[in-house]
Amino acid sequence: MRVMVLVPGDKDSEAGKMPSEELLAKMMKFNEELVKAGVMLAGDGLTPTSKAKRVRFSGGQRTVIDGPFTESKELVAGYWIWQVKSIDEAVEWLKRAPFDGGVEVTIRPVFDPEDFGRELTPELRAKDERLRAEVERQRSS
Amino acid sequence: MANAATREAIEAVWRIESARLLGGLVRVVRDVGLAEDLAQEALVTALERWPESGIPDNPGAWLMATAKNRAIDQLRRAQMAERKHDALEHDAALDATTTTRADPEAALDEDVGDDLLRLVLIACHPVLSTEARAALTLRLLGGLTTDEIARAFLVPEPTIAQRIVRAKRTLAEARVPFEVPRGDELAARLPSVLEVIYLIFNEGYAATRGEEWMRVDLCEDALRLGRILVGLVPDEAEVHGLVALMELQASRARARVGPSGEPILLLEQDRSRWDQLLVHRGLGALARAESLGRPLGGYTLQAAIAACHARARTAADTDWHRIVALYDALVELTRSPVVELNRAVAVGMAFGPAAGLELVDALVEEKLLASYHLLPSVRGDLLAKLGRNDEARREFERAAAMAQNARERQLLLARARACAATAQPS
Repeated sequence: MRVMVLVPGDKDSEAGKMPSEELLAKMMKFNEELVKAGVMLAGDGLTPTSKAKRVRFSGGQRTVIDGPFTESKELVAGYWIWQVKSIDEAVEWLKRAPFDGGVEVTIRPVFDPEDFGRELTPELRAKDERLRAEVERQRSS
Repeated sequence: MANAATREAIEAVWRIESARLLGGLVRVVRDVGLAEDLAQEALVTALERWPESGIPDNPGAWLMATAKNRAIDQLRRAQMAERKHDALEHDAALDATTTTRADPEAALDEDVGDDLLRLVLIACHPVLSTEARAALTLRLLGGLTTDEIARAFLVPEPTIAQRIVRAKRTLAEARVPFEVPRGDELAARLPSVLEVIYLIFNEGYAATRGEEWMRVDLCEDALRLGRILVGLVPDEAEVHGLVALMELQASRARARVGPSGEPILLLEQDRSRWDQLLVHRGLGALARAESLGRPLGGYTLQAAIAACHARARTAADTDWHRIVALYDALVELTRSPVVELNRAVAVGMAFGPAAGLELVDALVEEKLLASYHLLPSVRGDLLAKLGRNDEARREFERAAAMAQNARERQLLLARARACAATAQPS
């Protein structure tokens, strides 16, 4: 399974303050371990929201909002994408990351459309096939 | 008794730690069977204690220390050679000072790479059959249980258990050396490793037996092994080539299965469903393989062909001339009739079905392809494109009779019916 690991932002990351050399070194080492274990698919740090933009959708209207954004609890400062056998494996990996200070890092399993296809019960599948057939009929009529 | 949550957490720790635990133990006790027994005992101890004590901060070091203590006990009891004993105690003492501090980084000890490489080379040793190598590799490096391996290969569990026991015995009897080879000697051992990893991948990707067309877990296990191997021998072009090939093939996984599990062929796939993260990784790995030197090896060439498909936005955009050129090089390298058949398909796309059919017809007498269902399947496809539907139908029916995968058989029979319908319009 694939998971996304979301690292929240804080005052320092929002101020564009770089982590200490020591922490960077630890983080690099942790990343290296993830790569060597064949777990890491991707990962990046994100710039402060002062460089971000938002688009608000309302009816037909699109409003562009410039950063910075203040509700820092919901902000993401970095992410990883990992390939793991189970979410428990992701938890065990994450426990080894060099975070501190009460920060809460979230693991979210990525939704796999293929899994969805397989989880369909025979009844749902039959319904899905009837729907498809209906769409086909409408298209050809 | 472990509660469910702790048990799952322990399984996760095991998945992360078992390969390096085994690698470290094999280095010390120089016996794969004994190392596995010790590792298993450490796991059992963890299952007994961790539900009470909680999972230690550095579970890897805990497991290693536990296993090594067992090893020392056993060696004492057995009164084994004094020299080996000293080496072991020295090693355990060393580890106690370096890795049992509750410091996660200390777990990354410098020998880990060598330990894993040793383990993979032993598991894929040429004295073993390919089947035995695959089972042992999944077991030792992939951390899979015998039962999981048996389910993956659709064979009864005792068969795999026996295969592994025999493999360990063969390794012991052959006195397979435990030194990690270097340079040319190492390079000479790698093809056997790559072959096993690709065999595991293919067993998942194009399941030769059974009802399911693909078994994604097995593909993921193989990819993980490949990615680990790249870290162990980063200068070997073909390792990058194999990883590139697997990443690119896996990128199409969800597009190549239809809603009711039927296979969808490459050129008919919805390319928006290709996994762009894996495409990106595959192209990156291919670039690394190509930068490490020429001539390109077999896996790199196959990856380069897969990359031609990955880069084409639509099936019609495919650069078939380049694919033919890459197949030319691959035929030169492998002299394999299967590759020649694939080349014929590419020629058919680049220069028209008649040109392709000419090449396929030249392969009909090939003994190695006598029971290969894709030969009549490809021939049927080219005949159908030339409007020779009656002959095409017969070829698809022949191919269906030869195919061992149920899903593939259904697809071939459907094509035969389609030919019959076109051949005799009502």
